[in-house]
Amino acid sequence: MKKVEAIIKPFKLDEVKTALSAVAVQGMTVTEVRGFGRQKGHKEVYRGAEYVVELVPKVKIEVVVPDQVVTRVVETIAKAAKTGKIGDGKIFVIPVEEAVRIRTGERGEGAL
Amino acid sequence: MKRTFITFVVAGLIGLSLAYSAGIVLAQDQAKIGATTKIDTGDTAWMLISAALVLLMTPGLALFYGGMVRAKNVLGTIMHSFIIIAIITVQWILFGYSLAFGPDVGGIIGNLSWFGLNGVGLDPYPDYAATVPHQVFMIYQGMFAIITPALITGAIAERMKFKTFIVFTVLWATLVYDPMAHWVWGVGGWIRKMGALDFAGGTVVHISSGISALAAALMVGRRKGFGLEPMAPHNLPMTITGAAILWFGWFGFNAGSAIAAGKLSANAFVVTHIATSGAALSWAVAEWIYKGKSTTLGAASGAVAGLVAITPASGFVGPMPALLIGLVAGILCYLGVFSKNRFGYDDSLDVVGIHGVGGTWGALATGLFASKAINEAGENGLFWGNPGLLGVQVLAVAATWIYAFLMTLIILKILDWTMGLRVSEEEEEMGLDLSQHSETGYNF
Repeated sequence: MKKVEAIIKPFKLDEVKTALSAVAVQGMTVTEVRGFGRQKGHKEVYRGAEYVVELVPKVKIEVVVPDQVVTRVVETIAKAAKTGKIGDGKIFVIPVEEAVRIRTGERGEGAL
Repeated sequence: MKRTFITFVVAGLIGLSLAYSAGIVLAQDQAKIGATTKIDTGDTAWMLISAALVLLMTPGLALFYGGMVRAKNVLGTIMHSFIIIAIITVQWILFGYSLAFGPDVGGIIGNLSWFGLNGVGLDPYPDYAATVPHQVFMIYQGMFAIITPALITGAIAERMKFKTFIVFTVLWATLVYDPMAHWVWGVGGWIRKMGALDFAGGTVVHISSGISALAAALMVGRRKGFGLEPMAPHNLPMTITGAAILWFGWFGFNAGSAIAAGKLSANAFVVTHIATSGAALSWAVAEWIYKGKSTTLGAASGAVAGLVAITPASGFVGPMPALLIGLVAGILCYLGVFSKNRFGYDDSLDVVGIHGVGGTWGALATGLFASKAINEAGENGLFWGNPGLLGVQVLAVAATWIYAFLMTLIILKILDWTMGLRVSEEEEEMGLDLSQHSETGYNF
């Protein structure tokens, strides 16, 4: 099992969700985050005070999938989230030790 | 038994006669006043509404300021304005009104004969308002006494101890506002006798609070992290709402200062609206030129600057001078808020830049553009051939600057020694809402 963690542009969320369900990924966790990589922030002006806000709003999607589909999931996300402009985001793959379905107690890939 | 009964009856009759005669004497005094001036229902209705409009400005101010601070301080900031309503109302009816408008002592202050509104009845008091009940005039003025200290709170936002703030409010109202109101508006007040014109409170409200805010910002010191941490407004929609409420309520502030419903109040209403619009525009344009974009905070701030500037002039100038006053106010106050960057004081919500600078410009502009054609009880200004008025306005402004600044410094110094002005560092970090009031503004 692997966790695929993707940081993407917020407006791409719907597209990525739709693309993932097309490859049979039914569940995910979505968080609103802020961060930066190479994308510059923006400037805000309040009367005499000027602020450079470096942290850019993004969306983080986490899905845990069986090993066999990891590559397909990563490609699906990357394709759906891409705009070609700076700030498209990143995807990370992290090994997962255990998964448990709380309602039934199932473990391992059956819990996914 | 018979002697006791007769004694009581006689004593009772004497007592009743005394009370009755005293009542007749008072009634005669009142009747004398009532005989010369009659209550006008139109004036009274307008003044009651105006008083309510001016009251609404204080919660409006609470929202204006509240949106500009960080979320952790929103309730603390709103509480400043809100609780002032209650505190100053009690101070006003007990002795504030008497000090400000009561029988004059040496041109400096009123006496305490109107303590607890004693003698302030429902018949008109023609020295101030010939056609409305005296209590209507009193309550109208009370709303001004409320909002003036509330303006200062912008300079000490996000870091002042609540207990000390309450004591400061009462002391400032008694030692700065009440005397100043007496000097400028009270019968016998020395600035009024000098001939200075202040229709609705340029000196008494805006310059005094603006310059006191400077003293307060210097005494209380900068916020922790000022200049290093971002301290962006947390809720500008709230701020704009507050500004809109201020604009609405200000019609009571300026047009109500005619103390009557008629030509003068019409003039004040119209020029107030014109100046405010002009200032909102000129601030927005100034921003566009300096920073490349116009902001909503700038438009709202410009509007407030215009409202401040037209305040002393509203009963003395016509529409075109009002437009000019507003256009200049927007630019002057926009530049004014930058002065805190240059001098390094933390006037958190720009009370000095807007009320101090705007009020000063308005008072001087009155000296330029006042016209007896608008208000016979006024005077002509420089552009109507009378440079004397401008000189008197300058004196009034200078006296306000000096007195309000020094007195505020003294009050705060004493409070600093006795009670401490600031919350602790951890409390400031935690935010006033939690540390001073055990509340959170937003529980999403």
